[in-house]
Amino acid sequence: MKKKAVSAVLAAVLSLSMMAGCTDATATGNTGATAGNDGAAAGSTDAGATDAGSTDAGSTDAGSADAGSADATAEGGSLTGTLKLGMIGPLTGGAAIYGNAVKNGEQIAVDEINAISADFQIEYNPQDDEHDAEKSVNAYNNLKDWGVQVIAGTVTTTPCVAVSAEANADRVFMLTPSASSPSVTEGKDNMFQLCFSDPNQGSASAQYIVDNAMATKVAVIYNNSDAYSTGIYQTFNAKATELGLEIVSTTTFTDDTANDFSIQLADAKDNDAELVFLPIYYQPASLILQQAKGMGYEPTFFGVDGMDGILTMEGFDASLAEGVILLTPFSADATDDLTKNFVATYNANYGETPNQFAADGYDCPYAIYRALQYYAKKNGGLDVTGMGADELCEILISVFTDPAFSSDGVTGSGMVWTANGEVNKAPKAMVIENGVYVGL
Amino acid sequence: MLANLINGISLGSVYAIIALGYTMVYGIAKMLNFAHGDVIMVGGYIAFYSITLMGWPPALAVLAAIVVCTALGIVIERLAYKPLRSATSLAVLITAIGVSYFLQNAALLLWTSNTKVFPNIFEKLPGLRLGAMQIAPVTIITVLANIVIMVTLTLFTTKTKMGKAMRAVSEDKGAATLMGINVNRTISLTFAIGSGLAAIAGVLLCTAYPTLQPTTGSMPGIKAFTAAVFGGIGSIPGAMLGGILLGVIEIFGKAYVSTQLSDAIVFAVLIIVLLVKPTGLLGRKVNEKV
Repeated sequence: MKKKAVSAVLAAVLSLSMMAGCTDATATGNTGATAGNDGAAAGSTDAGATDAGSTDAGSTDAGSADAGSADATAEGGSLTGTLKLGMIGPLTGGAAIYGNAVKNGEQIAVDEINAISADFQIEYNPQDDEHDAEKSVNAYNNLKDWGVQVIAGTVTTTPCVAVSAEANADRVFMLTPSASSPSVTEGKDNMFQLCFSDPNQGSASAQYIVDNAMATKVAVIYNNSDAYSTGIYQTFNAKATELGLEIVSTTTFTDDTANDFSIQLADAKDNDAELVFLPIYYQPASLILQQAKGMGYEPTFFGVDGMDGILTMEGFDASLAEGVILLTPFSADATDDLTKNFVATYNANYGETPNQFAADGYDCPYAIYRALQYYAKKNGGLDVTGMGADELCEILISVFTDPAFSSDGVTGSGMVWTANGEVNKAPKAMVIENGVYVGL
Repeated sequence: MLANLINGISLGSVYAIIALGYTMVYGIAKMLNFAHGDVIMVGGYIAFYSITLMGWPPALAVLAAIVVCTALGIVIERLAYKPLRSATSLAVLITAIGVSYFLQNAALLLWTSNTKVFPNIFEKLPGLRLGAMQIAPVTIITVLANIVIMVTLTLFTTKTKMGKAMRAVSEDKGAATLMGINVNRTISLTFAIGSGLAAIAGVLLCTAYPTLQPTTGSMPGIKAFTAAVFGGIGSIPGAMLGGILLGVIEIFGKAYVSTQLSDAIVFAVLIIVLLVKPTGLLGRKVNEKV
């Protein structure tokens, strides 16, 4: 009998490991697909790269102190060699939509940079972490075995906190496209963010509402099982109190109760909130919009970057989102050349309109590339081939914390970084009209 | 008050319809099919694509979901659970969790993680007006479906030959075999019925809360499992009672205590019920034979 039990457990373990095998196969399959796309991208990026180059020149002309965005061939030292750039993010699992968007965006940027000059090339290696801290550290170890020099990741906050602690000890430079919690950068001088940190989003939202006299009474519905949502709520609350904006209703939900919002909406409605602030992701937001309509409640809904993506949900009734305002650094409908080229390339390669995560991803390799160029120019050249990750880490930290260094991208121009790793750029407010974003 | 009660019942009726599937499989096969929530998700996707891609009418889409889920249930049972028929319940439990992850990841590959919005298939039906309150048609249909399924299942297990075989298997597999009952076929049938119910639950869940992701089924699945334990796992009317009570307690906790504590309240009530009545509200006390 004992033997049987043991063999049964073994069988269970075996079947589980087979499933693990499946997941692995998935990951490899994805990479394979990407490689295919790369081929396609390589053909079509030339035009895009040239455009990006010319935009760079344009922004330098504009007189910003953006020495970093000048071409590699400019006077001074030039940047040469091959950089091993790693990326970690959820390419499968529930948060895969974010990881894949970042990966696609970064891939486009890498292809474009590689097309600029044969002297400097980036080898790009994306790794899957399934939005799991433990798997993320494994992915990080894989990258180290591969000889990674710089990491443009990780995509989501919880894994990023875990990986950045390791990377800080190992002295590997990390620039996360989208992990926005302050805990990501806290106490780690090697960790930088390309996206807004959560506190910035919360206070910027409160500031925006007051500056534009959008409402006097606001309600907040946030996800208190999520660090992102709670972080934004806390700074929103602090800023609102400071500015005298009255919060009449504060209600929460968790990942486990993200189905029914009747109570939260009724509370906001009963307290006459004119505006409902939703520092949450778009999926629960879509349910909130639908249920608010069902109960005939029509306040202004105000979201943050997590709201981005609501319009691309398959089957979503866009009329529900009519008039929703969100603060987001990227809009696919923007008319500047940089955004237009990026959106066109993304569409051509991946068959969809890039969301904000893709845009954040796109800006990451460029920021790293320009920082290296900036250094090369100042110090009479830089050959990154075979350079130690620790050496590059110190170089990049010195450049990113240099107030004279800034980088342009589709999520903002003239991005500068503070010593604690947070980015400074202007948020853009968008309103959804007739199913598309319109800049405010 | 009344509004909250109605909200609670509409949430609870969704839990109840999922709990019915859980309790059915547990009652007969004596195993917790943690993959049940994911079969629900598959049902949701099948119905979604039947309506949006194939343009089928909702009734046909539901039928398609039932057929696919039933087949899926039988396949899962054959491949994953049948080889472990005589294994410890722990091994089966772990396998069930494995199947659950397998289904979620397979759905990710097939349908990607992009959230789909489920069409409102009861759009044309009028809701029920109760004073100022509007009860959504999906709530009424879910409650009705619950009652119909509950009665049908009860009659099936008590009156038909197959149903009696099921109860016999649940009592004692060995004795049932001696009585000439095909245990394997009976358990397969149980899974087929449970998975068919999952398809119906999937369509109703997705209509009530119309977002669809590969992880859609997992959380309601766990809540429904809680509901089934609450009502007395294995008991068919218990699943329905437990589901509705769970929904009502959750909504009342949110409305009158705190939105932050609603889950804590739900589980505190569950713990108290289990302390007072360890078999759940309508559970039958069974003496373990050693």
